[in-house]
Amino acid sequence: MEKPIQDAWNTAYTRANEKTRRIVVDPITRLEGHGKIDIYLDENGDVDRAFFQVPELRGFEVFSIGRPAEDMPQITSRICGVCPTAHHMAATKALDDLYHVEPPPAAKKLRELIYNTFMLEDHALHVYILGGPDFIVGPDAPAAERNVVGVIGKVGLETGKRVIVMRKRLREIISYLGGKVIHPVFGLPGGVAKGIAPEDLPALREVAREGLEFARFTLQVFKDIVLTNDEYMKLITSYPYTHRTYYMGLVDDENRVNFYDGHIRVVNPNGEVFARFPARQYTDYVAEHVESWSYVRFSYLKPVGWTGFTDGFDSGIYAVAPLARLNAAEGMATPEAQKAYDEYFAALGHPVHYTLANHWARIVEMIFAAERIVELLDDPEITSKDIRTIPTAVPTEGFGVVEAPRGTLFHHYVTDERGIITKANLIVATQNNSARMAMSVEKAARGMIHNGVVNEGLLNKIEMAFRAYDPCHACATHSLPGQMPLVAYIHAPDGTIVQELRR
Amino acid sequence: MPEKQKPAEKRKAPEKPKVALYWCSSCGGCEESVVDLAENILTVIDAVDIVFWPVAMDFKKADVEAMPDGSIFASLINGAIRTSEQEEMARLLRKKSAVVIAYGACAHLGGIPALANQFERERILRYIYEEAPTVINTGGIRPMTTYKDNGHTATLPVFRHVVRTLDQVVDVDYYIPGCAPTPKLLLDALLALLRGERPPKGTVLAPDTALCEECPRKDSKPTDLHFTEFRRPHAAPIDPELCLLAQGFVCMGPATRGGCEARCIHGNMPCTGCFGPTSRVRDQGAKILSSLASNLDAQEDKDILKILEGIPDPVGTFYRYGLAGSLLRRALKPL
Repeated sequence: MEKPIQDAWNTAYTRANEKTRRIVVDPITRLEGHGKIDIYLDENGDVDRAFFQVPELRGFEVFSIGRPAEDMPQITSRICGVCPTAHHMAATKALDDLYHVEPPPAAKKLRELIYNTFMLEDHALHVYILGGPDFIVGPDAPAAERNVVGVIGKVGLETGKRVIVMRKRLREIISYLGGKVIHPVFGLPGGVAKGIAPEDLPALREVAREGLEFARFTLQVFKDIVLTNDEYMKLITSYPYTHRTYYMGLVDDENRVNFYDGHIRVVNPNGEVFARFPARQYTDYVAEHVESWSYVRFSYLKPVGWTGFTDGFDSGIYAVAPLARLNAAEGMATPEAQKAYDEYFAALGHPVHYTLANHWARIVEMIFAAERIVELLDDPEITSKDIRTIPTAVPTEGFGVVEAPRGTLFHHYVTDERGIITKANLIVATQNNSARMAMSVEKAARGMIHNGVVNEGLLNKIEMAFRAYDPCHACATHSLPGQMPLVAYIHAPDGTIVQELRR
Repeated sequence: MPEKQKPAEKRKAPEKPKVALYWCSSCGGCEESVVDLAENILTVIDAVDIVFWPVAMDFKKADVEAMPDGSIFASLINGAIRTSEQEEMARLLRKKSAVVIAYGACAHLGGIPALANQFERERILRYIYEEAPTVINTGGIRPMTTYKDNGHTATLPVFRHVVRTLDQVVDVDYYIPGCAPTPKLLLDALLALLRGERPPKGTVLAPDTALCEECPRKDSKPTDLHFTEFRRPHAAPIDPELCLLAQGFVCMGPATRGGCEARCIHGNMPCTGCFGPTSRVRDQGAKILSSLASNLDAQEDKDILKILEGIPDPVGTFYRYGLAGSLLRRALKPL
């Protein structure tokens, strides 16, 4: 960004936030979609039941029927305009499998480049603007300060500027290759539609190096502010935010975290490997439970079974997303990320059951994504023109899996011999976490409400419980994001609403 | 934080036009397009007061209800309409606003969620909660609008039968097209309205020419197209310089409004039509259909059918973003 534009932005940023506080980039509500919490109290004024509801549905699996399979990367990206690249990529990989075609090495590298760029940009958004403020500003800070403005107050305007500029430049890489950053068009079975012109490479490399610097800086900010604060560490490791569940994530051949490709690895609550399987076998391991009070389906491990909203070895409930990915892997594939990974587990033990540690794990992943972008752009093959293998085999059934920022994402299509969709199944990142999230909300509510006294900090503490997951209920229900911010109703035993809390 | 919006000193300042942003059945991409204004947010913030934007601010429905009718300068509403809650919000904002703008392909024409109009509501519910390969639901449990458990009642909104465009629910003044619209179109439209410009009601605030006019491959488009086959993009190499129609790919460019900066073409993929038709075209799908059909290089029925095999999903191809707003509106596939 040029200097006058930067100055203009800074002025705008400051003014916007003076006047309206949350106007600029505060999409918490969007990312969480339409959330509703109903808390019921018993005769003693303690929590009897808490419902965390997702009240939307669109039905992408059904209206995909009859569509040409090659349209799926563009159709399914419309599940979510915040993480369109994740759906686009999962769909594209499912098409490789469907058409039994192997993309050329350069095509895979280009896909991985776009994908890691997207992960870095999206994680940065969460760290600085969505969930991160809970820690950078402080969980007990006034709500009006627990946002990006408060973050800037804490770490300086320069950092705020850096976030905006970095996000914009990373998104420009996605636009360059994908045509559009909101709903890209690069994915085809057997490759990608567009490559990198050699003359454009130096500029891309410069952004990559800035991205790595930015990720390092972010880890340092987290260390300085969170890890040196005993109160924060106590909160992270406290009982209301702890669940001993299974964990799932994608790993490479050496069981290291990979966002783009690999096998799905699941560890048990002791951190021991429970399963390791390719996308094709997902129906052997993943099942979904339906409740009458939410439009979201609740994923669980099929071999363990559904035993209700409870944790432990006998409950099939598992988690995905950064915390789970690090638990499910044995290390990182890049040097600085490995160092950050080691520090993380040295401090918290293995596996980590603390939901709030997701914030730290997310930054470890930012380092990995940033290092991987640099590696890929330094690869001489990245400007190759050999970026497509045209499919020739008869399409049958395809499975695609990636790690979305918010967790493991499965796309599964069946087609006729013309490649027309006859059946589709989608298990979306947040859906995998939906059961654990419902438990987190109920546990936080029980921890906060006693004898009918509703603590002022209730909403924030509950929000923190699920904000750590960076959930996207638009995705989870393949539905629209919400119309309203979070609402919590507190009901007396007779059912009357005694209090209504809104964000 | 409505109380933060009304400090005493603020009332002394001259009132700026009020703008509301709202989302219905959408993916969040339209919201991202607003955020992607990046440094241009300066211009917007200087010019208007944003009084309602659930994605970014904590104003409530009640705050909007309390405003005098017509007091909002402009409401930008994105997303199609599928639930009663969305209908209510659209009506409320209509009542409170001087100008209502349908923002983005879903509000404008139905968007991709409107492809669901080809399917019965029951079929969607049955598949999602009972038949999907990973669902285990032997009890046949379905989400219920009213769920009672041990004296507690949890409610969910009703899922309507049909997806509708915004103007099928409320009166709409202007449209900003695209999936998603470009930040430039948004900025240009807002600034024009603020200057007091009032195009005729119903105007789509984007260039009124076909995408082909701004396409970087325009010069390679033949004056006479002859289709001996339609190629599906996955099944053939795509030349990065040549007109996609000349290569035999279905490109919606001729039937689609420009103003998108030809973004998909820059990604070396065909236009899929997200900007909808120009003002001279009532039905985008019918327009491209007649354009393609009149250029088929075949006389015999069997040859024509052979060529059309390259377009296996005409509704999803020609009405990808526009089914709800089209003449078809709702075209059920058999159960």
